[in-house]
Amino acid sequence: MPMKSFRQAINEALRQEMERDQRVVIMGEDIAGGLGAPGEDDAWGGPLGVTKGLMPQFGRNRVLDTPITESAFIGCAAGAAATGLRPVAELMFVDFMGVCFDQIFNQAAKFRYMFGGRAVTPMVVRTMYGAGFRAASQHSQCLYPVFTHIPGLKVAIPSNAYEAKGLLAQSIRDDDPVIFFEHKVMYDDEVDVPDEPYTIPFGEANVTREGDDVTIIAFGRMVNFANQAADSLAASGISCTVVDPRTTSPLDKETILETASETGRVVVIDEAHPRCNMATDVSALICENCFGDLKAPIKQVTGPHAPVPFSPALEDLYVPGVPKIEAAVREIMGKGH
Amino acid sequence: MQLSRDQLRAAYQRMCLIRNFEDSLHEEFSAGNIPGFVHLYAGEEASGVGVCMHLDDRDAIASTHRGHGHCIAKGCDPRAMMLEIFGKKDGLCGGKGGSMHIADLSKGMMGANGIVGGGPPLVCGAALTAKTLKTGGVAIAFVGDGASNQGTTFESYNLAKVWNLPAVFVVEDNRYAESTASAWSVGGNQVDRAKGFGMPAQEVDGHDFFAVWEAARQAIERARAGEGPSLLHVKLNRYYGHFEGDAITYKGEGEIEQVKTEKDALMLFKQRVTETKLLDSEELTVIEEEAKAAIADCLASAKAGALPTEADLMTDVYVDYKF
Ligand SMILES: Cc1ncc(C[n+]2csc(CCOP(=O)(O)OP(=O)(O)O)c2C)c(N)n1
Repeated sequence: MPMKSFRQAINEALRQEMERDQRVVIMGEDIAGGLGAPGEDDAWGGPLGVTKGLMPQFGRNRVLDTPITESAFIGCAAGAAATGLRPVAELMFVDFMGVCFDQIFNQAAKFRYMFGGRAVTPMVVRTMYGAGFRAASQHSQCLYPVFTHIPGLKVAIPSNAYEAKGLLAQSIRDDDPVIFFEHKVMYDDEVDVPDEPYTIPFGEANVTREGDDVTIIAFGRMVNFANQAADSLAASGISCTVVDPRTTSPLDKETILETASETGRVVVIDEAHPRCNMATDVSALICENCFGDLKAPIKQVTGPHAPVPFSPALEDLYVPGVPKIEAAVREIMGKGH
Repeated sequence: MQLSRDQLRAAYQRMCLIRNFEDSLHEEFSAGNIPGFVHLYAGEEASGVGVCMHLDDRDAIASTHRGHGHCIAKGCDPRAMMLEIFGKKDGLCGGKGGSMHIADLSKGMMGANGIVGGGPPLVCGAALTAKTLKTGGVAIAFVGDGASNQGTTFESYNLAKVWNLPAVFVVEDNRYAESTASAWSVGGNQVDRAKGFGMPAQEVDGHDFFAVWEAARQAIERARAGEGPSLLHVKLNRYYGHFEGDAITYKGEGEIEQVKTEKDALMLFKQRVTETKLLDSEELTVIEEEAKAAIADCLASAKAGALPTEADLMTDVYVDYKF
């Protein structure tokens, strides 16, 4: 299988879905670039080059550069989805949701329910999240818990390029609005990714490591850190299960509860701020359903309750890393570890 | 209205500080010494300085992601700015903000902004404060051509108008938002848009400090006199990429060089004041050299400055909160 980067995997999913279905259009700021300018066309392909090459193949009628006007074009995607297109809109950074959130959570998310099941809104919002890019407070947040809170929205958080391709294809084929989270520091990370199109179903967690002592549940980029921690802990005799839920809505409760019960020790890793995030959500789920199986209190490893700082010296302390995860696992194992 | 020799010297000094500041950041970024997103203002100096020459500490400005020039024009300390951009503890914002969030409220600088279109509503707020507390102050929103298409910008035009706020919207049209030309992205034109909201507006050559200064004088006097908001459409060019690292392939060949040789803001200023014998070229050269040395000195401080530490991570989230 060929190795592909997270960036290539997303580009390939978009290309294959656009080839498969004429109704798929993509829109966003500078997703091709160079519009109205004298120089190169397709000059950008998005700020990090993820959509580069799609405009030359599909033309400007299906690869739509937008003015800087998120409220209008994200809402436009919702309206187009409800009337027959299958738009994939790029909200460059999820932090910009503030500009357009009404169109997502009051409009797109609610159509189906409010209209008595007589609407479908097959739209995808692709968006970058996460700290580590030195991008400071307004370009680094992990806002997926906010979207997960809203009934009617689906939320996918791929943890590597393979996951990204399959989950994005599923997002585009899905008939509900999907918010698709791409961690901005992962674009160059490569794994094996098949050339042919494939989908990964929503609400089916991926168990990336199987172990007896501790269950680590992690989201997005944190899955990779959890895997690394599990591998290094294995060397010192602690065996971990690692669960990647893949989507936070729908959430694979079964796999989470099963793996939690099996080991009786749970560490949840979430890059988001600690209050009302996925870690608190999953911890509550486990406490409510398999409290009796727990051998120790659940541990949460998260970003702190502070905006993401600019200075690399502070940002490096901000992001939950492998050492913090390992420390939490050792702690939950108790004395002697 | 005439500018005094002192004012002219001050204006040139600020423009030179900005140019040197941005040129040195360009080099430092290329050398890998600065992290994150850095958007440079080189080429646009006459706009920020031409507007801010009319302002004092009563007055507020809200900037954009391209904020260094506005900061210096409004009187922020370039050394503390440089420390901030290098993520140092003694930076203007303690290293927590960085280039995109550089701010100094004590100088009426309400911040660069990571959100395109984030500034105009804030400026309505600063104008409301000035009006309510009768400070005599005005508030200026710098708005990119790209930001001119945001709903927040239009809503602010309207709010400022119906509340008769002492506000001025300065649309800095450097012809591109990222790689997209304003010739494509802007429906209608900036002056007509303002007129649609009942605001006086004019187009200004943003390479010409004197043109900006005069247009800003009229708009700011109007606002101070309680006659409400107005808009300036300032047409100019940026010399560097959208952000550092941008290959600028969307611009035409020789496009930037042509602007540099024909209408560089510093060059035009110098021509004008020497031809009219307002200042002589020796004193301008002294100002240039002093600015260069001052920025080199700021850079040295920034490189030597201490980093923030773990103790700083959780401070400043609230004024008061029990964790
Ligand atoms: C709400 C929002 N949307 C998009 C962006 C990404 N972005 C940053 S700067 C920029 C272009 C801004 O263009 P313009 O307003 O013309 O200012 P210029 O960069 O030309 O100074 C874009 C799209 C952002 N920071 N915030």
